[in-house]
Amino acid sequence: MTSNSFQLGGTGFGNDKAPSTGSGEGDFTNDPASSGFFSENFKRHEDLKAMLDGNKDNLKLDAMKRIIGMVAKGKDASDLFPAVVKNVVSKNLEVKKLVYVYLTRYAEEQQDLALLSISTFQRALKDPNQLIRASALRVLSSIRVLMISPIMMLAIKEAVMDMSPYVRKTAAHAIPKLYSLDPESKEQLVEVIEKLLGDKTTLVAGSAIQAFEEVCPERIDLIHKNYRKLCNLLVDVEEWGQVVIVGMMTRYARTQFVSPNQEGAGEDGKNFYESEEDEDEKEETEENEDEPKKKPYIMDSDHRLLLRQTKPLLNSRNAAVVMSVAQLYHHCAPKSEVGVVAKALIRLLRGHKEVQYIVLSNIATMTVARRDMFEAYLKSFYIRSSDPTHIKLLKLEILTSLATETNISVILRELQTYVTSTDKEFAAATIQAIGRCASNIAEITDTCLSGLVHLMSNRDESVVAESVVVIKKLLQMQSTGKGRKTTTEHKDIITHMAKMVDEITVPMARASILWLIGEYSERVPKIAPDVLRKMAKSFIDEEDIVKLQILNLAAKMCITNSKQTRLLCQYVFNLAKYDQNYDIRDRSRFLRQLILPAEKGPLAKHAKKILLASKPAPVLQSKFEDRDQYQLGTLSHILNNKTTGYKDLPEWPEEAPDPSVRNVEIPVPEVTTKKSERKKATKDKSFYSESESSSEDEDSDEESDDSDEDEESEEESEEESDDEDESEDEEESEDSDIPQKNNAPPKQSAPKKAPKVEKSESEEEESSSEEESSSEESEEEKPPPKSKASKKKPAKETKAANQNNTDLLLDIDLFGSSNGVTSSGGTQGSILTPSMASAMSNLTISGASSTSSSNFVQPMNIPLKSYDLLNRMTGNGLGITYKFTRTISVFSPKMVSIELTLTNHGESPLSGIKVGKKTLQPGMEIQDFPEIASLGTGASTSVLMAINFNDTTQPAKFEICTLEQTFKVSITAPVGELLQPHTMGLQDFTQQQGKLKGMTENTGKVTLPKEKSDAKSVVTNVLTVANMLQVPSSESDTVYRFAAKTMSEGVLVLVSVSVNEESANIVVNCEKMVIGTMLLKDLKSLLAKS
Amino acid sequence: MINSLFIINSSGDVFMEKHWKSVIHKSICDYFFEEQGKAGSPEDVPPVIATPHHYLLNIYRNQLYFVAVVTTEVPPLFVIEFLHRIFDTFEDYFTECSETTLKEHFVIVYELLDEMLDNGFPLAVESNILKELIRPPNFLRTITDTVTGKNTGVSATLPTGQLSNVPWRRTGVKYTNNEAYFDVIEEIDAIIDKQGNTVIAEVQGYIDCLIKLSGMPDLTLSFINPRLLDDISFHPCVRYKRWESEKVLSFVPPDGNFRLISYHIGANNMVAVPLYIRHNIQYREGSGGRFEVTIGPKQTMGKVVENISLEVPFPKSVLNLTLTPSQGKYTFDPVGKILTWDVGRMDPTKLPSIKGNISLQSGHPIPESNPTINMNFSISQMAISGIKVNRLDMYGEKYKPFKGVKYMTRAGKFQFRT
Repeated sequence: MTSNSFQLGGTGFGNDKAPSTGSGEGDFTNDPASSGFFSENFKRHEDLKAMLDGNKDNLKLDAMKRIIGMVAKGKDASDLFPAVVKNVVSKNLEVKKLVYVYLTRYAEEQQDLALLSISTFQRALKDPNQLIRASALRVLSSIRVLMISPIMMLAIKEAVMDMSPYVRKTAAHAIPKLYSLDPESKEQLVEVIEKLLGDKTTLVAGSAIQAFEEVCPERIDLIHKNYRKLCNLLVDVEEWGQVVIVGMMTRYARTQFVSPNQEGAGEDGKNFYESEEDEDEKEETEENEDEPKKKPYIMDSDHRLLLRQTKPLLNSRNAAVVMSVAQLYHHCAPKSEVGVVAKALIRLLRGHKEVQYIVLSNIATMTVARRDMFEAYLKSFYIRSSDPTHIKLLKLEILTSLATETNISVILRELQTYVTSTDKEFAAATIQAIGRCASNIAEITDTCLSGLVHLMSNRDESVVAESVVVIKKLLQMQSTGKGRKTTTEHKDIITHMAKMVDEITVPMARASILWLIGEYSERVPKIAPDVLRKMAKSFIDEEDIVKLQILNLAAKMCITNSKQTRLLCQYVFNLAKYDQNYDIRDRSRFLRQLILPAEKGPLAKHAKKILLASKPAPVLQSKFEDRDQYQLGTLSHILNNKTTGYKDLPEWPEEAPDPSVRNVEIPVPEVTTKKSERKKATKDKSFYSESESSSEDEDSDEESDDSDEDEESEEESEEESDDEDESEDEEESEDSDIPQKNNAPPKQSAPKKAPKVEKSESEEEESSSEEESSSEESEEEKPPPKSKASKKKPAKETKAANQNNTDLLLDIDLFGSSNGVTSSGGTQGSILTPSMASAMSNLTISGASSTSSSNFVQPMNIPLKSYDLLNRMTGNGLGITYKFTRTISVFSPKMVSIELTLTNHGESPLSGIKVGKKTLQPGMEIQDFPEIASLGTGASTSVLMAINFNDTTQPAKFEICTLEQTFKVSITAPVGELLQPHTMGLQDFTQQQGKLKGMTENTGKVTLPKEKSDAKSVVTNVLTVANMLQVPSSESDTVYRFAAKTMSEGVLVLVSVSVNEESANIVVNCEKMVIGTMLLKDLKSLLAKS
Repeated sequence: MINSLFIINSSGDVFMEKHWKSVIHKSICDYFFEEQGKAGSPEDVPPVIATPHHYLLNIYRNQLYFVAVVTTEVPPLFVIEFLHRIFDTFEDYFTECSETTLKEHFVIVYELLDEMLDNGFPLAVESNILKELIRPPNFLRTITDTVTGKNTGVSATLPTGQLSNVPWRRTGVKYTNNEAYFDVIEEIDAIIDKQGNTVIAEVQGYIDCLIKLSGMPDLTLSFINPRLLDDISFHPCVRYKRWESEKVLSFVPPDGNFRLISYHIGANNMVAVPLYIRHNIQYREGSGGRFEVTIGPKQTMGKVVENISLEVPFPKSVLNLTLTPSQGKYTFDPVGKILTWDVGRMDPTKLPSIKGNISLQSGHPIPESNPTINMNFSISQMAISGIKVNRLDMYGEKYKPFKGVKYMTRAGKFQFRT
């Protein structure tokens, strides 16, 4: 190798007009000869070294360019490593960049020297310029030296926190690099990935998922929390990320949802094209209605979300994206919807031939299962003479699969033109295709057969040979399929073929003919022995495959016509005995024993049965028949072979895993902002969610002791309904900027419907300060470990929040779910499943742990009843209903949160709907809902308002104004709604109850209807009446205790219900006697009601 | 994902390699050469080749093979599409992507490859971003570089586009003349059988743009008859929602040349075929034959058909052709056995024709089937599907741009079976 080796082909790589280098060697000319082969090895690259050691930037650059030229050419430039690595500190950007390129190429081979450069990168990682930070990380992580893996890990951990999404993206890329270098680090990397998955920038999403796929694809639980976010971001992610995400989602969907193609699946299809809101609403209603009976199939709303969000990607310019969506639909969508991908796939057929090849292979597999999908596009698969052969074969395959009785004539005509193609491989494949069509569609078998016979007189041998083989198969199929009578008609075909033995030289065809004659020798009794005679003569010159068939023919003839052929047969066997091929020798030995045995054995008697048994017809099927075992769009599918790292697509689960794991925490609304901004707040928060959960965890450890008895097993029974509540709830919160019609109808239509656990709402300042505090903490955070959450803690935080406005953020909703699942949280935390753990990780509580010992807790089970506020008749078309959401109001904790649903039943749109004059009792307050600009006819919308009833049941009167009219309305809160749940222990409860005896105690007795005397319905009924919380009790007695505080004054309300068979004693203790008596009345009436 | 890339020229020389992960020796390409040897033509090389430990995915364009090596399961289209994107980027940078240009700009090529993929996963692919990171070579730059002595082709800062939500557009674009040109190009793919019946005719359309507008213009392009477009793929800049709801193309364009949409009008719609041919090709026993073709107009909608040319691949047994064209020139490639007839413009009053004799190799059997005829032509000022741009509006910037729309129809895969 010479020092001008960088010059390629004399033309290029030397465009950097070599300046004089000072090395004195004049061998930079473009003439390779001038350097001579004396520029010996020991001096090689001397000039380059000199240039690199110098201090002129442009010389260095020239040297680097030449070195990169060598690298590009694949020539060894490793001996320059010491000289190059020094320049990693170069100020010149391009030199630096090229040094980076060089480093990544050779660092692995020169580990010790590579370490010299590390400190430079470490410094660069702190550079204010994000591009430099990113490229430093890129190079650092590309240096495959095990020794620096701790440094890499550190760098990655830092980079995922970087301000710049670009740096975070490179960090995501660095993760698999480190993983492949040091698989030991997986655990730590998973943590990092988890953090990256929470990133909400579209730039990062794709790379994060890619890292996830390479490092820990089995940790599907990491996706749950990010599932909806990913779905919603998908359209904006860059195309390559989309491919990766959709691929991952396919797997996710297969593990988390149930198959959409079971009974009753079809119905969902119709609302596919409806607008988003309608659909959500519909799904919600459907879910609601179907809860009690065992539902047919309702697609999970998240499943639907995935399908809906990926559909626009079918219009991507990137073929890979289209393909990935197509495979998602193929594997995960209801049958009725898969059709939408066909058009997009057909469009891809106009692309480059390589793209065509892949797409056609996939279509070929799809047509096997779903022929109707591509039937309309039959013509798109017509073959052009200019297509490459492998494309032609694939199209042929598809055409054959698409053939039906209706279109077969068109296809056959098309196939006929292909037979004459000059591309012989293709022509032969066409004949096979005709054979397949003929065997699949009985009507045309005879036509095809005669066509094929016609082809046997073709001038081209391969065509003839192929026809013979196909005819053989067809004949065999007919004789087994339809009985003998049809076959007799084909006598002339066999005769014709027998005559051709002389001409045809293609072994496979000759073998086929011989087999046919042997099989149907009685139909051509005159010709068969003659053929055998000819074959015996030419036996030694035949190919092995033909020889075997000659032996077969001889044996069969010997059985059917032994008089004429016995000698011939013997002769052939003798020839075969000395054949070179052991298969043939074996065969002859075996057949001889069978046909011409020395002594009559038991086998020989059955020789005829053995040899002339009717053979099963060959099945002509698509080569792609078995490919559907592989996931579409994968490399394995194309190669029809499992590739490294391929994982089978999991089968649908029988039962869908808990859907609530995908719930993300609920937004923290801010009083001053409008609803549309609330959504943003949520997103921000999710970004930090993990760090917050960690602090929560610490809390839980501290407090788990005193909350031991806080749980009760009964709640387990409510688990399910709780989860459902949440998923609904989640949907709402997601759409919180378009809350209008989503919410309303289901509530009206299903008033007794399962309750809604709503977002916790805390003070206004919280959300703003929350971010800061959490980000500070994030440094030291740990992944959510042994979640020991008890329902107590989060609740405590709330109080703290309410009381002292610390930087608290609370998610009661999720806490509710965790509560349901961990039946006795404090004590049995260790039984948490991993997915549960991740659910817990979402609890967003930060800040100081609270010190108070008791607190509010969200209700477990709240049926939401809606009440009429304004009748559509009196409201001139405007109908308003309201319901108590039983959440802590956004506006003030003393207020009762009320959701109004306004529906315009009238003819004309209403506008400017707002709260007008209020007439209130002293102490009461109303927080208005934001003005509704307009409400179209038939439209409905929901708004939140809040009223402080001051712990009275007095109505709150106010006016609702539209632009034209004013309506007087009033809201009265049932006493049960004036409460908010309160957690307390049993001991505490008895103690407090003891204090509230006498005047403040109200007792009553009711007879329970039989069907309502069980624990569950009693509890449900009480909770229906009042927004309370059951007090956990360790004893399995029949006393149910509930606790709450009044909204505005925080007066304790205690209820205990003791059930004896048919009757129940109700005791209500409350300082406020009015509330006590009224509550008792309400409870009695509902418990007694049958 | 993508482990390594090898670029191979037509003579089987691996003249460039790039590795994003551990180095894989180029001897891996031997598997590729083996498959290449089996294939009849360069087109026939299978795009996916499995070797014991690696998988080779390749594309073939402009006489170059780009062979990507992957080691694990990966969506094959991902790799193939990306290889094409690399090729397109090179073409964009060097106006032509050939062995010569790649070798000439190997440093830029290498830098580009380094920037486009990180750990085998795409990093920056948008041409606008790449061009800011790595400046494309041009004549002027070479001069200033030599004069000033500073020649860095790489940028020191991250292109703003990379971080914005319009990653395809660079910021700070300034032009003295603000122009926006739209080329509506349609290609007709058709197969016409022996009798002259249309077996299949489809239209594949593109809207290619050249946008030179300052600042951050927000364009809206509407059509008179958007209904025609029911199967489209969009450049990422197009707002899908607007199209779905209003059937207008609303987008913040990338700077420079790009393809806004491509659309497909399927075989189910009626597609007018502008030309017909009459042909008479016969082989006769005794090493001879007759070749006669006449071209005539069918539905040209009053426009002139230009740049007509015919290409006829003959079977191997054809030795030569002696023809007389009524206009244009013809050539016969005796190695590839391809007849090319450059017809040029068609004068409807005098139909172009070509006729003459075929001479066959003696001893060979005469060919059984007639060759298919591939045709090329173009018609300007017309989009065969009838699509028409209604108007172009610009928001977000104050100046008045110069706008232009051009229509053109040409033959795609236009075949006559004979």
